[in-house]
Amino acid sequence: MEQVHFYHALKVVDEVCIGCTHCMNVCPTAAIRVKNGTADINKNACVDCGECLKACPVNAIIVEQDDFTQIFNYKQRVALLPTVLLGQFPDDVSEVQIYNEIKDLGFTHVFEVDGAVDVLIDSTKKYMHKHYQERPFISSFCPAIVRLIQVKFPALVDHIIQLKPVIDISAQFYRKKLEDKGYKQEEIGIFYVTPCAAKIAAVKSPVGEEVSLIDGVINMDFIYNKVLLSIKNNKKETKKYPENIHMSRRSIGWTLTNGEAARYSGRCLAIDEIHNVIEVLEKLENEEITDVDFLELRACDHSCAGGVLATENRFLAIERLRKRAAWYHRNKPMILPEREIDLYKSYLQENISINKVEPRSILSLDEDMMVAMKKMKKINRIMKVLPGIDCGACGAPRCQALAEDVVQGNAKMTQCVFLQKMLTKEGLISPNESFDISEDTWGKSRFEKKKLNG
Amino acid sequence: MEFKFGIEGGNFSKAGSASSEVKKILKQLNVNPKIIKRTVVSLYEAEVNVVAHAFEGNMNVEIDPEKIVVKIEDKGPGIPDINQAMQEGYSTATPQVREMGFGAGMGLPNIKRNSDQMNISSTVDVGTQVEIINYLS
Repeated sequence: MEQVHFYHALKVVDEVCIGCTHCMNVCPTAAIRVKNGTADINKNACVDCGECLKACPVNAIIVEQDDFTQIFNYKQRVALLPTVLLGQFPDDVSEVQIYNEIKDLGFTHVFEVDGAVDVLIDSTKKYMHKHYQERPFISSFCPAIVRLIQVKFPALVDHIIQLKPVIDISAQFYRKKLEDKGYKQEEIGIFYVTPCAAKIAAVKSPVGEEVSLIDGVINMDFIYNKVLLSIKNNKKETKKYPENIHMSRRSIGWTLTNGEAARYSGRCLAIDEIHNVIEVLEKLENEEITDVDFLELRACDHSCAGGVLATENRFLAIERLRKRAAWYHRNKPMILPEREIDLYKSYLQENISINKVEPRSILSLDEDMMVAMKKMKKINRIMKVLPGIDCGACGAPRCQALAEDVVQGNAKMTQCVFLQKMLTKEGLISPNESFDISEDTWGKSRFEKKKLNG
Repeated sequence: MEFKFGIEGGNFSKAGSASSEVKKILKQLNVNPKIIKRTVVSLYEAEVNVVAHAFEGNMNVEIDPEKIVVKIEDKGPGIPDINQAMQEGYSTATPQVREMGFGAGMGLPNIKRNSDQMNISSTVDVGTQVEIINYLS
C-alpha cells in the first residue's frame, strides 16, 4: 500500500490526557488506543469527525489551527465564513457588525461561503442527470463523511459526487476576482473559518483535488471570542447598523440538516450524526435501501451547527439562522441586485470537478488474502480466550480490537487483565511481570498516584 | 474457512444481520469491493427469502482463496415450481410482507444476477436449499 501522510487537525495533548478511554470507546472507526497512559490516534483510520473531542472530560483533545498572524503575509486577506458562524452570536449583534469586527481583526475581505450554493446546485443537477447510472449520489459536502466512506465503505466511493463543495467554489471565486483586479497570486491569502476539524483536514490534505485553494484555517471559536470581546469592549460607541447582508434561504439553510436534500428532486434523504450515517451506509452497501437518488450525509448532530468548534448551543444557533433567513425572505427587494459571484458562474462551473475519490480500506487484515485468512483464524482463536466484555482495560476499545492488534503485531495478549490474572495464577508470569504490562498500557504515574495505605 | 449463521423466520427486524456479518469478514480478507457487493446483495436477498417464507434457516459460508460458497438452507413450505419463482416479478409473498417493502418478486432473479453460480433445490413442505458461488478473482 502506498504510504500517504494524512493530516489531522485533532491532536492529543499528552500532558493533559489522563488516559481515561472515553475517546477510545466513542471513536466510530476504532482509531484510538491507550498507550503509556495517553490516547494514541491512528492516522490512517481517523476521519476527523471530532467525536473524541466531544467525549473528552479534560479537554485533552484539541483542534490544531494555523497561527493567526500568518494572514499578514498577504496583501489581500480574505476571510471565508461558514454561515453557521453568524448563528453563534446573540440576536442584538447584527451581521454587518460581525463583518466589520472581522475586518478590524485584519481581513480585507469577508465572504460567506454559502453564497456559492446556487453555482453548486446548478452543477449538481447537471451532474446527476449526466451520471444517472451512479445513483444513489452521495454529497461531497462533509469531509469527515468522505473519509469515512474511503476507510469503511470502499465499495461506495464511486457514488460520491465529484464536485467541489461550496468552500472551494468560494475560494476559487475570490481568488479569481482579486486576480482580475490586478493582484498577484502570492498577494492573495484565503482563510477559512472552520466550525469543525474535518474541514481543516480537507484543506491540509484534500481528497480529489491536487492542491487546496485555501491558504490557511482559523478555528471558529477563536473568531467568535475575538469578535464578541471587541463588541463588548466598544459598547459606548454603539453604531447603528441598519444595513444587513443579503443571504437567500437556500444559502443560509445549506449547512443545516436538509439544506442540500431539499434542493433536489427525486428521493433525497438527509442524515446527520456519524453513527446514523454509518447505519444508513451499511444498508446502502447491502442494497437494503434502493431507489434513493441523493444522500446528504453529515458527521455532526444537526450538521454544522453541531460542529466541534461551535460555541452556541446548536438548537439556538439554528433558530437564529432560521430567523435571519426568514427576515431576508420577507424583506427581499422585488428585483434582486446581481451578485458578483453570478458574473463568475461559468468560470466556476468549468472548474468545479474533482477527481474520483479513492478507497483506502482500514478493514483488511492483509493485502494477501491467504495471509489475511491465516490472521483471521488466529483472531478467532484469540477471541475464544478473551473475556468478551469489552472493558477497555487493555487499551483497546473491544476484545475484537485487541485480538486484531495482537495479530498485526501491535499489542500483546497479556495486555488483557483477565489473561494476566489467569497466567499469574498458573505461574506462567510473575506478579511483577503482570504489573509491568499494566504500567506499559496505563503509564507509571497512574500507579504511583494511589497509595493504598492512607 | 467456515462460518455459520442462524436465520429466524418471520423476524424482519433482524433480516440482513447474517449478510452483514459476511460482509465484515470479506472486507477483512481484502476481497475486491465489487465482489463483496455482489456477494452481499445476493446473500441479503436469500436471507430475506428465508425470513419471509420459512420457519427457520441457516447460512453456511465457506471461503477459500478462489471462491466463496454460501449454502442457505431453510425449513419451510418449499417452492413448488422453481422455474416460475425464477421469473422477475413473480412472488407468493403475503400482502403484509409486501407492505413492509419486501416481496416484489425480484429475489431469486436478483440472486442469480449477483452470483457466478446459483443452485437451488426445494422440496414442498420440507424446505429450500440455495447455493451461491462467487469467484474471488
